[in-house]
Amino acid sequence: MSPIRALAAIGRPVIAGLRLVGALTIFAAQAVSHLVRPPFYPRETLIQLVQIGWLSLPVVGLTALFTGGALALQIYAGGSRFSAEAVVPSIVAIGMVRELGPVLGGLMVAARVASSIAAEIGTMKVTEQIDALVTLSTNPMKYLTLPRLIAATLAVPVLVGVGDAIGIAGGWAVGVWRLDFNSATYLKNTVDFLETWDVVSGLWKGAAFGFIVALAGCFYGMTSSRGAQGVGRATKSAVVTASVLIFAANYILTETFFSA
Amino acid sequence: MIRLDDVHKSFGPNRVLRGATLEVARGTSTVIIGGSGTGKSVMLKCILGLVTPDRGTIEVDGTDVTQAPRDAFLARFGMLFQGGALFDSLPVWQNVAFRLLRGSLKRPKAEAREIAIEKLRRVGLKPEMADLFPSELSGGMQKRVGLARAIAAEPEIIFFDEPTTGLDPIMAGVINALIREIVTEMGATALTITHDMSSVRAIADNVAMLHDGTIKWTGPVARMDHSGDPYLDQFIHGRAEGPIEAVR
Repeated sequence: MSPIRALAAIGRPVIAGLRLVGALTIFAAQAVSHLVRPPFYPRETLIQLVQIGWLSLPVVGLTALFTGGALALQIYAGGSRFSAEAVVPSIVAIGMVRELGPVLGGLMVAARVASSIAAEIGTMKVTEQIDALVTLSTNPMKYLTLPRLIAATLAVPVLVGVGDAIGIAGGWAVGVWRLDFNSATYLKNTVDFLETWDVVSGLWKGAAFGFIVALAGCFYGMTSSRGAQGVGRATKSAVVTASVLIFAANYILTETFFSA
Repeated sequence: MIRLDDVHKSFGPNRVLRGATLEVARGTSTVIIGGSGTGKSVMLKCILGLVTPDRGTIEVDGTDVTQAPRDAFLARFGMLFQGGALFDSLPVWQNVAFRLLRGSLKRPKAEAREIAIEKLRRVGLKPEMADLFPSELSGGMQKRVGLARAIAAEPEIIFFDEPTTGLDPIMAGVINALIREIVTEMGATALTITHDMSSVRAIADNVAMLHDGTIKWTGPVARMDHSGDPYLDQFIHGRAEGPIEAVR
């Protein structure tokens, strides 16, 4: 392969990636600009809060429960190599609230919600429902995108908070019933070593991840091409983009919150 | 009056409109005919501002559509989409009263529902249909609901995009008759696009033939059969031979 071709092979995906980031940023800016411009659709936002928040609770809760349990087993196994089994409660709690709660919660919401938003809006586009909204003097950005962005940004931190609690409970259950920890000691260690900022930083991450999930779903739905194949592609791209952006944002936020 | 002057629109290399010029007089029903993919829907979308023309001007009552205040401009229009374009997540009455439940035309909910039921009755649907969801309706019923939505806010101008596509001949006849009646009683300006000749004869005062992105012929429906225009003649008689290529 010639050097020019090799350069082009690297350059093409880089340019495509940058173009995507640019398009997403413009889309997000346009959507957010409607926050201060009426009309507003509070009922749509409430509906989305239920769809995105309440209905995601089982999947986020179950993910957190099993993750907390597995985390307790792993930390116990690792800690026993240097006689540090006692750190299980504190590491489970810190690991859940700082990293695993927000990231896994965000990913589960991405899988459930980004796909659903992209498919719903994409289908609306294919079946001319978006055009119909415009002819009925309703801005699709205000009516479809903004309520989903607001709802996801508010709902995911709550899901993360609930997921944190369930994950810690999962760790506690495994610690007490499987690893023979004393229940009161486990809970005391959890509370003593956990700081407020550990929890709050995770909730901020949840808000960022919620925004990313809704943004990816709405963006790909609104830009989906015609036909079932276009909607399928939009759905897949929304989940992939949301997941990758969650990991990238997680690193940036962790660096921002916790770097010395 | 709606006036299109030398309107061009391309999508990538595909030049859909290539200088379309058309006048639709106030209070008349004009039907645009032409083969699939000749730009009929694009023309409607250009007038509504859903698609921006590359070149040319479009005026409604002397005002350039790109300069008109958007909400006030769109409040003058009603549109029946080809597939109905009903909102799946809303019951039938909220689809019909969509415009009356929000924005500048907002009414109290009970009043909006009453108007929706009245419009449903006008298009031949029973009040019991009001609380069903679009997915529970047949294709013909969805078209009627779309029609009820298009007339709910009593617009001055109504667009009909392929109103009979996908319907059986009897239901197509019912929809055609409804459109004609409603347009006449409302005194609205109607612009319909179709390739169904029975619709043309039932709905149109005037006919415009669109081919290759330009209007090839326009005139009263009574003159359509004796126009002498080879494009129109081939189209209305459904002949494979003629200036319009069968393979496009």
